[in-house]
Amino acid sequence: MSAPERLNPTISQHRRVVNGVMLSLTGLCTLLTVSVLFFILGYIVYHGIGSLSWAFFTKLPKPTGEAGGGMANAIIGSGKILLLATLIGVPIGFLAGVYLSEYSGRTFAFIVRYVTDLLNGVPSIVIGIFAYAMVVKPMRHFSTLAGGVALGIMMIPIAVRTTEEFLRAVPVALREGAMALGANKAVAIFTVVVPAAIQGLTSGMMLNLARVAGETAPLLFTSLGNMYWSQGWLQPTSALPVMIYQYAISPYEDYHQQAWAAGFVLLSLVLTINVTARLVITRSGLTARR
Amino acid sequence: MRQVWKRLRAGEEISYLITLAAATTIILIVVALVYELWSASTLPIQKFGFSFLKGMNWDPNAGDFGALPFIYGTCITSFLALLIAVPTGIGASIFLAELAPPKLSNAMTFLIELLAAVPSVIYGLLGIFVLIPILRSYVVPVLTGIFGFLPIFRGTFYGVSVFSAGIVLSIMVVPFIISVSREVLMAVPTDQREAALALGATKWESTWDIVIPNARTGIIGSIFLALARALGETMAVTMVIGNTPQIAASLLAPGYSIAAVIANEFTEATGDLYLSSLIFLGLVLFGLTIVINALARILILTTQQKGAA
Repeated sequence: MSAPERLNPTISQHRRVVNGVMLSLTGLCTLLTVSVLFFILGYIVYHGIGSLSWAFFTKLPKPTGEAGGGMANAIIGSGKILLLATLIGVPIGFLAGVYLSEYSGRTFAFIVRYVTDLLNGVPSIVIGIFAYAMVVKPMRHFSTLAGGVALGIMMIPIAVRTTEEFLRAVPVALREGAMALGANKAVAIFTVVVPAAIQGLTSGMMLNLARVAGETAPLLFTSLGNMYWSQGWLQPTSALPVMIYQYAISPYEDYHQQAWAAGFVLLSLVLTINVTARLVITRSGLTARR
Repeated sequence: MRQVWKRLRAGEEISYLITLAAATTIILIVVALVYELWSASTLPIQKFGFSFLKGMNWDPNAGDFGALPFIYGTCITSFLALLIAVPTGIGASIFLAELAPPKLSNAMTFLIELLAAVPSVIYGLLGIFVLIPILRSYVVPVLTGIFGFLPIFRGTFYGVSVFSAGIVLSIMVVPFIISVSREVLMAVPTDQREAALALGATKWESTWDIVIPNARTGIIGSIFLALARALGETMAVTMVIGNTPQIAASLLAPGYSIAAVIANEFTEATGDLYLSSLIFLGLVLFGLTIVINALARILILTTQQKGAA
């Protein structure tokens, strides 16, 4: 209890008790939330490591009923989808972010920001429908490409926001200095401002990638799934999150074990990227968030 | 050619045009998204009109599609999630903004935000294999024992249910409430607290009667943000809700949500009407989340501006 309260004799017993109880409750709420995280981590690590084996990384899934097998194709599939997503989402988002931070007028920038926020709020399953309508339907089959497009679109809003915030955090003096040396605006932006913000930009993009790496819903009817290796970019492919879903709802104990292993791999990947990127952002004292 | 290269290198306009093109692309994507959803759902709109939204039947074989069970499932699970997440989230954000020393507060917030980074399919996995067994053997027997007289806690509990989905969702959305509310609370000027304490208020009274009302709109904004998340959440809900299109009085009964039915039936949908009915459901979900997201943003923005002023 703090000093003024002790000195003040008019604070009744009742108010003191309420104060103590309510403040302890808020601490309890925090503890509860944080312990859920530790519980999740502990449980996944415990179950995941137990089910993990070398075969998980190197073998194809076995047909139902047969023991063993792995998810090598899903790991590669996820990698391919994420590569495509990055190639689509990051350039568009980055350039639009540069536009908003460096060139924008008022009205158009307002519209772009508003629409970007809107896109950020679209449920992932709806993005899946969109990618289905744009890629799968015209091409008449499910493909890695469609999955990449879906996740790429999901990456755009955060890429825009990150770029805009980190570029804005670069001091104006740097821009003025570059221009005073005879650089035009474009040169100043791409040789001085962007390099100055590069650490934050890469961390932001990594966070962005980690966010979509765990997305399942938009892949269900774009990249679909595949029990074998997927050839090229126009065939359906399996992906780690989709495999977790399919194996978890299956009735086979063997598949459940595989799902735990996959969950462990996915979660370690996502959280490692997340923690590293966040630490880089806080360490370097960059102001932008997420 | 040389001329073009020279202009490209000096390229003030070109760099402007490229970035402008990227910004325009985003607008085009969103326009295309709305157009695709709308044009693909004309079939059920023409056939059922508004009765689609109040139809109780979902019978693909008979070509009869009604969305009410899914809309109900989406709303009730989100409501349950908020019922748990709002008090917990606000409590935790009070602790983090008002009580905890900055270092502890930052560390805790870091951890809580990691909770938001956990993929939803992992929540589903834990929901199936951890949460449901716990609910079945410990929580639900107690609940039915105490509140069994209420219709919402009647009936047999099979595990997969609206109740389980609500609890999984509450864990998933609580980080959003905490991180936004904490910031909004911290934006309330310190003089407000000091003034209240100087007048003899306890710490809790100054927080509850002075700081919270100051931050009210922002906190409500964070709740709307969480609501939008909960409404659109797909995988975790699909895995634990039971996927049964019905409106049961009991929370312990299985249900279905909009996102879940799209996830489950989209690839299996045979016939144009079936597929476009699912897309129409997607459009409904899209509309719902957009409105709620917009409200959230407006509310958070107003508080932040007030705090800055």
